[in-house]
Amino acid sequence: MILSRIQPVKQNQLKKKNLINWKKSKNSMRDMMDPVQYFTIKHQQLQDLKKDSALSVIRNKGLEAFTRLGIPTLKHEEWKHTRISGLFNKDFEFAIDQAVPSLSDQEIKALRLPGHEVANEIVFVNGCYSPSLSRISTGDHQLRIVPLEEAARNEYREFVSKHLGHSGNYLKDGINALNTAFAHEGVFIHVKKGHAIEYPIYLYHITDSRTNNNYSQVRNLILVSELAQVQIVQTFGTIGPLESFANEVTEIVAERDSITSFYKIQNENSNANLVSTTHIHQIGKSQTHTVTISLDGGIVRNNLNIVLDAENCESHLCGLYLIKGQTHVDNHTTVDNVKPNCFSNELYKGIMDEQATGVFNGKIFVRPQAQKTNAYQSNKNVLLSNKASVNTKPQLEIFADDVKCSHGCTVGSLDEEALFYLRSRGIGEKKAQSLLLHGFAADILEDIKIKPIRDYIDHLITERLEYEES
Amino acid sequence: MNAMLTTLEETVLQDYKYGFVTEIDADNAPKGLNEDTIRFISSRKKEPLWMLEWRLKAYRHWLKMEEPKWPNVKYPPIDYQDIIYYSAPKQKANLKSLDEIDPELKKTFEKLGISLEEQKRLSGVAVDAVIDSVSIATSFKGQLAELGIIFCSMSEAVREHPDLIKQYLGSVVPATDNYFAALNSAVFSDGSFCFIPKGVRCPMELSTYFRINAENTGQFERTLIIAEEGSYVSYLEGCTAPMRDENQLHAAVVELVALDNAQIKYSTVQNWYPGSKDGVGGIYNFVTKRGICAGNRAKISWTQVETGSAITWKYPSVILKGDNSIGEFYSVAVTNNYQQADTGTKMMHLGKNTRSRIVSKGISAGFSNNSYRGLVHIGKNAKNARNHSQCDSLLLGDKCGAHTFPYIEVKNNEAVVEHEATTSKIGEDQIFYCNQRGLDTETAVALIINGFAKEVMNQLPMEFAVEAQKLLAISLEGSVG
Repeated sequence: MILSRIQPVKQNQLKKKNLINWKKSKNSMRDMMDPVQYFTIKHQQLQDLKKDSALSVIRNKGLEAFTRLGIPTLKHEEWKHTRISGLFNKDFEFAIDQAVPSLSDQEIKALRLPGHEVANEIVFVNGCYSPSLSRISTGDHQLRIVPLEEAARNEYREFVSKHLGHSGNYLKDGINALNTAFAHEGVFIHVKKGHAIEYPIYLYHITDSRTNNNYSQVRNLILVSELAQVQIVQTFGTIGPLESFANEVTEIVAERDSITSFYKIQNENSNANLVSTTHIHQIGKSQTHTVTISLDGGIVRNNLNIVLDAENCESHLCGLYLIKGQTHVDNHTTVDNVKPNCFSNELYKGIMDEQATGVFNGKIFVRPQAQKTNAYQSNKNVLLSNKASVNTKPQLEIFADDVKCSHGCTVGSLDEEALFYLRSRGIGEKKAQSLLLHGFAADILEDIKIKPIRDYIDHLITERLEYEES
Repeated sequence: MNAMLTTLEETVLQDYKYGFVTEIDADNAPKGLNEDTIRFISSRKKEPLWMLEWRLKAYRHWLKMEEPKWPNVKYPPIDYQDIIYYSAPKQKANLKSLDEIDPELKKTFEKLGISLEEQKRLSGVAVDAVIDSVSIATSFKGQLAELGIIFCSMSEAVREHPDLIKQYLGSVVPATDNYFAALNSAVFSDGSFCFIPKGVRCPMELSTYFRINAENTGQFERTLIIAEEGSYVSYLEGCTAPMRDENQLHAAVVELVALDNAQIKYSTVQNWYPGSKDGVGGIYNFVTKRGICAGNRAKISWTQVETGSAITWKYPSVILKGDNSIGEFYSVAVTNNYQQADTGTKMMHLGKNTRSRIVSKGISAGFSNNSYRGLVHIGKNAKNARNHSQCDSLLLGDKCGAHTFPYIEVKNNEAVVEHEATTSKIGEDQIFYCNQRGLDTETAVALIINGFAKEVMNQLPMEFAVEAQKLLAISLEGSVG
């Protein structure tokens, strides 16, 4: 099963090599290594380790693209407001292959989402799929979970080679290429034809930063077959006081008449940095639903691509970023209307307090043949503090004439009149503010269809808003 | 000349009726760009030394810069050595009255519908006419001078009012601002200069008419308008060029300075030659326009109707520095055939209680691409800043594109910013309604488009609104099938 775990003999040799860091903080500048050079060495190690891997071709392509594109800087249009290159100058440990660190039940429990008793749980630790920590309750005939390496060589071979890396067509930056260059420890999830999976799938991405700053990568591929239905929840957690940086890519392929819901929940501490990419390719008439909730973290970048590659597709995109402190949340979404008669609706809301920065960049493409497209996009922001800021860019690129597209965007503070209304009825200022903010955020919460998760997020938001009152 | 045209050519000409060439002797600089070219221009214009140094500094900086690649337009690389940077119609120096103008030139302006003499008598619009690189005539100068208003060509201003030029030239668009602004600063040949003294309300519309005539030339004019405390001016700008198979470069710089309580209204009807139906030739219109509300309660308003140019690349901007200042931007951009437009605005809110309003209407037809690109920046200290942007696109045909790139950056929690955009085509039901009432489809489309653009057209001074409406109809002729 665990094909990729290395032999004990090799472990010692690797340990040594693993000690190369991007930048050795203790030593002088001379020891500093260029990230591209560093990852090239790492990549070679990985390729040597897995000589006959079915994924080595795609990994090579990824590295080639990465060396060409490099780490994105602020000059890169898509990274204009998010300084990711700073993270690459820090001292991070990146293990391409390692034994899963032992985590106590207590630690795992703290990260678990409510409703996990009736969910399929898949756990990744430091970017590696951990079958021992995962728990799959749905039967094999409905839901199959295979390590990506294995899927690339068994009956899913063709599918994997066709669809793995499709996101690279949309995200032309070094970060996505870097993930592809090291695609190995993820999973392939197959939701089988005609099955509505009763239990949602919870994906946990855990980073262990107890002893080192940790950099990790996961690459997953999900196939939702014809007439299938599935709900997926993805969350991230960091254990330990040190910094973590995760670069995660999940590619989803939705076939005819399938319904997919994808919820992303981010509530880490300020030491946790994240680039999380979700790429949904709707190859048949299907429906998808995504909700992205960002409540805390260091630098968080979410890429969400929806490719409507069949007629009559439908997609709903929702997002909420409720942040404070130094948190920086960047949501980049792309809806690409390739085929006619598709519908998409997007609503992102943000509340920024203290020195938090929110970034929203929403793109809608309508290709020449995609007539009768209906695409809506809306982004609403509230700034609560003088030092908070928001950069938003709702972008439309339209090449077909028979379309209805609109986008709207607002930035402001709370409505004075609504506040006055509440105050005139004897509600304190802070309370009134938190009521209004709660109402503002509730729009998005309603889109979460798994009740325990919705209640959990609602609870977190209430807690946060009330905390501000004190 | 007209008799020799075939029917076919006549039809083509109808599409762009300003495509004639005037045979005038011109005094040209040699092709190419180097320091000698700049010295040549400067000496021809009898400029003081400081001006030459300013130009050379800009040129040296330009050499270090790279042509921007980010606009959403495609064009083959420009050979900057293959352009004539100075071309002036030969004429007697220092004209005292309009009667002394070369009759050929006068005819040109009559063809353009700007009869300098007629204007002088009737319409009450003071015109500064610029052909190729040089200002030909300025009307109504005397009357304006009585009020203390200075309205003259840039080269005259450099000679006559060096203090004002030294103080304000490059103060809004520095010579090093961007690639084309730097190029313009190095080689600008003429343009209009306008100074409205304190408390004066300019009694007439001031207007500049630009025309590129000579072959292989680029036009680089520079306009500077200064409105002192409490003054008001409305300024019009129009442009045309002959039809040629090559692409000509037009890189202008416009700077506006509004002090306390001053108001500047700047309107443009841009109708440079857009290129043939197959996308051959046409003007590259790479223009930097920027105004600064330097004083409190100042107001700058840009109105533009863009129908010409093969490629348009311009972002009239307002820096809202003074408290309570207002910036406005109204635009209609029409692209047909293979035209490309990447246009929009920048509103930089720096002062308290600043307000801005953006209304942009894009109409694309044929194989054209029309982009709106705008930035609304609310600085940390811009308390209570308010912005509303609206950009609507109309698509006629399925081969064209409409794009919107609005950038919104807010660094302050008291600001309110709103942006909305829609893209649609003319509804079949709307056309059916018109057809039903006896309008043919083409008239119906013209009617609907006029309604679509009305909000912006209403902002234009009356003299221009009529012309602009006609232009809209001409630009879109044949695009409805």
